[in-house]
Amino acid sequence: MSVLVFTENWDGKFKKLSFELVSYAASVAGMMNMKVTAFTIGKAADEELKELGRYGAHRVLSLVSPALEVMDNRTWSKVISDLAAKEGSKIIILSNNMTGKALAPGVAVRLKAGIGSGVSRLPVSTEPFTVYKRAYSGNAFANVVLRSEVKIITLAQNSYEIIERPAGAIPETVDVDVDQSLPATTVTSTHKQTGKILLTDAEVVVSGGRGMKSPDNWEPLVELASLLNGATACSRPVSDEGWRPHEEHTGQTGKIIAPNLYIAVGISGATQHLAGVSSSKYIVAINNDKDAPIFESAQYGIVGDAMKVLPKLVDAVKNLKK
Amino acid sequence: MNIVVCISNVPDTTTRIKFAEGSSAIDTAGIQWVINPWDELSLTRALELRDDPSSGVKKVTVAHAGPASSEPTIRKALAIGADDAIRVNCTPSDAYYTASQLAAAIGKEGFDIVICGIESSDFNGSAVGGMISEFLGIPSVSSVSGISMENGMPVITREIDGGRESVKVTLPFVAIVQKGIAKEPRIASMRGIMAARTKAVRLYEPVDADCLTEIAGFEKPAPRAACKYVDPDDPGKLIELLQNEAKVI
Repeated sequence: MSVLVFTENWDGKFKKLSFELVSYAASVAGMMNMKVTAFTIGKAADEELKELGRYGAHRVLSLVSPALEVMDNRTWSKVISDLAAKEGSKIIILSNNMTGKALAPGVAVRLKAGIGSGVSRLPVSTEPFTVYKRAYSGNAFANVVLRSEVKIITLAQNSYEIIERPAGAIPETVDVDVDQSLPATTVTSTHKQTGKILLTDAEVVVSGGRGMKSPDNWEPLVELASLLNGATACSRPVSDEGWRPHEEHTGQTGKIIAPNLYIAVGISGATQHLAGVSSSKYIVAINNDKDAPIFESAQYGIVGDAMKVLPKLVDAVKNLKK
Repeated sequence: MNIVVCISNVPDTTTRIKFAEGSSAIDTAGIQWVINPWDELSLTRALELRDDPSSGVKKVTVAHAGPASSEPTIRKALAIGADDAIRVNCTPSDAYYTASQLAAAIGKEGFDIVICGIESSDFNGSAVGGMISEFLGIPSVSSVSGISMENGMPVITREIDGGRESVKVTLPFVAIVQKGIAKEPRIASMRGIMAARTKAVRLYEPVDADCLTEIAGFEKPAPRAACKYVDPDDPGKLIELLQNEAKVI
């Protein structure tokens, strides 16, 4: 019996999110007196797979089949359910990212498992098995009891620390039989930006709102983000106006992020916006309206004109780097 | 071709959520109930397709699992333009139970595409759409930011990390949609509100289904420390605080 953790790979590579997942799984396994099996779908190099062993995975599997090259929700869910059944795993952990959200429900139905989604802490108790999750779009948290025999947790990104616990796993590649009657998704084209820090992965995010006044004013904001090795984001009006691409929209209906540092520039802080960023560890607000609600959620604030403050911040970070 | 849009009845985002600390239910007094924002966008896109004769979409039905008290939200969806509605008369206690009810009812209806929002703004479970697909035994596509029809077949835009891809899928299927699916939610016109009164809401009784999870209690988010203000003429001070006090850069 093991805790099963799904670590997706990106072109054969893992990232911080993968190590958070394995570290979390190892801690849950510790509470249950179990071992951890980490697995990925699709080929990853042995050196990459070994990395998962550093964070507490006792077994590391890479499941391969030509039929698994494109993610089809039901095909992949079945592969995960079959593995859980074979391993006798009663706890399955996935990320609460796009892939995890796509796969967890199918696994849940196949194994009749309750899901704790967007979990941000270790289980509150193991008997009954109770997890702590985000609810009401960040306005509350809920303790949820998973009553089913098999339990699924989707872990919120950047909510658990990475802990080195070398378990010396030797990666195994497993050829899996795929139910050919299931695949129904075909990808006809892909557009992907490379070399850019993803908004959902970024530890620092600099975000602009309507207070930036014009799409032409973004240069210092982009420069600040780049100097801090961060990503850029924006509020909904900005993406609706087409000032910035819609994938930068953070907020209730946009991306939900939890960076270590979120710098909101010219963003008033409507409830809908805060729903997407309230899990950030630190929020900095820069706004010329001292009564803007964003200051209630921020730990640091500057009341001032963004166009004057941003260049000075850029200079200050440059001085820091000297 | 028929589209079923699943809608959830949730408190308006700007409503302040109140509950006794540790309580397993929120205080519903004074709450304004609305169509879940993602479901509202789903409905908008479904109606855009129906209103375009070249799409082949003829009918849009909204499906809801909930008690009679959520009828006003269903009427709102009808007023926005849905052709008819189904309601499973139950209390949607968890994702597994809710998806079981919706799948059973939708399975009895004729449909080609089921659209679900990625999550509901109350429980944030992100599970019902994917579960419906598995219960019905039909494919699903997640992270959908666009649906169009070409020669009677759906062409879907699926968001992926750092980009998007174009995906083809066989009918019938479930689309689990998010940001981008429609720009602004469609608003009900006066004529729509009048017409909604006479549109049919077909009632289904719940099937036997289990509830696998249970809310033991809600907690309020930890309060944040009061904001520390930095002089706008000396933003360098902010960088210093972020580096030495917060230790985040």
